[in-house]
Amino acid sequence: MKREVQLFFKHCGMIVFVVAMILPFLWMAGTSFKPHSEVERASLVPDSPQPQNYAVVLKKAPDAFTGKFLDLDFGRWYLNSVLIAGWVTALQVMTSCMAAYAFSRINWPGRDKVFLLYLGTMMIPGLVLMLPNYQIMVSLHLVNTYSGLILPAAFSAFGTFLMRQFMGGISKSYDEAAFIDGATHLQLFLEVILPLVRPGMVSLVILSFMGNYQSFFWPLVMVKDDYLRTIPVGLLSFSGQYGQQTELLMAATLMSVAPLIILFIVMQKQLVEGIQLGGVKG
Amino acid sequence: MAQVRLEKLVKTYPKDSGGVVTIVKGIDLTIEDHEFLVMVGPSGCGKSTTLRMIAGLEEVNGGEIYIGDRVVNEVPPKDRDIAMVFQNYALYPHMTVYRNMAFGLELRKMPKAEIDKRVREAATILGLSDEMLERKPKALSGGQRQRVALGRAIVRNPKVFLFDEPLSNLDAKMRVQMRTEIVRLHARLNSTMIYVTHDQVEAMTMGDRIAVMKDGYIQQVADPLTLYSRPANMFVAGFIGSPPMNLIEGTLEARGDVLTFIEKAGTTGNPRITLPLEANMAAVVKSYVGKKIFLGIRPEDIEESDAGTGVLFKAKVDVSEPMGAETLIYLKSASHTLVARAKGHRIHTPDEEIQLVIDMKSAHIFDGETEESLTADLKA
Repeated sequence: MKREVQLFFKHCGMIVFVVAMILPFLWMAGTSFKPHSEVERASLVPDSPQPQNYAVVLKKAPDAFTGKFLDLDFGRWYLNSVLIAGWVTALQVMTSCMAAYAFSRINWPGRDKVFLLYLGTMMIPGLVLMLPNYQIMVSLHLVNTYSGLILPAAFSAFGTFLMRQFMGGISKSYDEAAFIDGATHLQLFLEVILPLVRPGMVSLVILSFMGNYQSFFWPLVMVKDDYLRTIPVGLLSFSGQYGQQTELLMAATLMSVAPLIILFIVMQKQLVEGIQLGGVKG
Repeated sequence: MAQVRLEKLVKTYPKDSGGVVTIVKGIDLTIEDHEFLVMVGPSGCGKSTTLRMIAGLEEVNGGEIYIGDRVVNEVPPKDRDIAMVFQNYALYPHMTVYRNMAFGLELRKMPKAEIDKRVREAATILGLSDEMLERKPKALSGGQRQRVALGRAIVRNPKVFLFDEPLSNLDAKMRVQMRTEIVRLHARLNSTMIYVTHDQVEAMTMGDRIAVMKDGYIQQVADPLTLYSRPANMFVAGFIGSPPMNLIEGTLEARGDVLTFIEKAGTTGNPRITLPLEANMAAVVKSYVGKKIFLGIRPEDIEESDAGTGVLFKAKVDVSEPMGAETLIYLKSASHTLVARAKGHRIHTPDEEIQLVIDMKSAHIFDGETEESLTADLKA
């Protein structure tokens, strides 16, 4: 009886915690469907739902409050965010996997020391590196370009570390069997190692995409033109220009987090599996 | 097929504290064309390291390896025309059985039709059905996986097959079955095979010749029967045969015209084994009177009997192990525990004194310092 009472209180506590976590999202979702007149009300569900708020944010319909189309290109920012995060993710996975292979499966002088040095770069805060990185982009004439947003993020010490952990758990006898079969390092990497570290790659895809999709400071520093903006930077100017129209801001914000939520829901199992496997194999 | 020749082969590894440790210490060995040679020895003796140097998976630090007439020290594994079967199978887990077997041929850009023909032929030889070819390794038993690993080697049609303790991960029953299959495979393919194992039973039952290794050196290379009946030294004598040869430390005394072996004194209070040597044996070892020697006698050459054409002696029973068709009787002498192999089922109680007879023609004498056999030439 005592155990059931304890379980009841534990569940109550968890429900309170979950509600506290979900409530802001629910309010955001509810407010994104409200007309301007209902925004100040505390209710989660609008009395007169206004789904055309989304069309207004995407410049498909005029704003009911002002009667005009928005002056900002949210659709373009959306595309930029997905494009840039996609490219960075692809490049990070490719470079991290290749680096991890070199660090885990090829013996060369100084390998472990170089890896520690590479790992050491994770200790440096990103903001500290922002100025030198910006200087390099200026020298390369890559400021205010897609390349300038993508290339500096194409290499990841964390990604290399994660993939090295996964690769380290694969038996070296596969390498030996493949070499005797006639494989080169590249063939071994592509045909044997990569398929075996798929859970790790999925984890890296999720973490990398989520991280880069939400990147704010670097795009803020690098981008001058409106058409190159990403969502986090764009939402800042959205907030500045239309911040009083909370219903539009919530619609824009909900649209911006939708890919992340969908990605997480779809890939949750692989993400957890990947993190667990990485931990065990380490 | 090809001959494999090792000349003064050396392998060293660097030590953390500086310097090197030498694992393989300049071995010379020739594996003839079509021969099944087994390399056997305890863990750490250098047999797997030697095999891996032949495969090209380990760098050679001294000496040369020839496959056919070609020195292959600097030749990468894929160009040595060898195939290897690993202890843990090393089957690619994400590929089907078919793809595992075909992978090496695909890398060599062989035509698809030829690949298919070779894979299916190998599958037939090894008893792998078409349905099994579509499975992944995790859906196979240990014995089936080892057959797939064999198949992966067979399809390559290599000059030399290398086996690195392939049966160690199998249960006892499967090990016996696979042993027979590998021997049959050798007879069918008539290829050069080099097989590494720590199991002397595998070595004795499979090899045309056996190379016994210890501490980086080859102790003796010979056919199984020669190793068993004419071991070159105490290590080979004790390693080959199960239960191992009894090795009794003692000295030689001249008692009249007869040279007699006397066991060293002990603390058990049991009588010392005293055995007169055969004349031909005495002639060979007469210079060792008063020096430390070891007398070796196999368990099957000690019989429980109070009569017979050997030397009689008494000893106390320590334990007896009935095995069904025979009984292993462990005996306590003055300073040793001996094993006698008796036919049938014998019942003895501990400390029971029994009469035994030793066939001294089958005895061996070893130098007490060098441990080399002094009587191997007498056993021809």
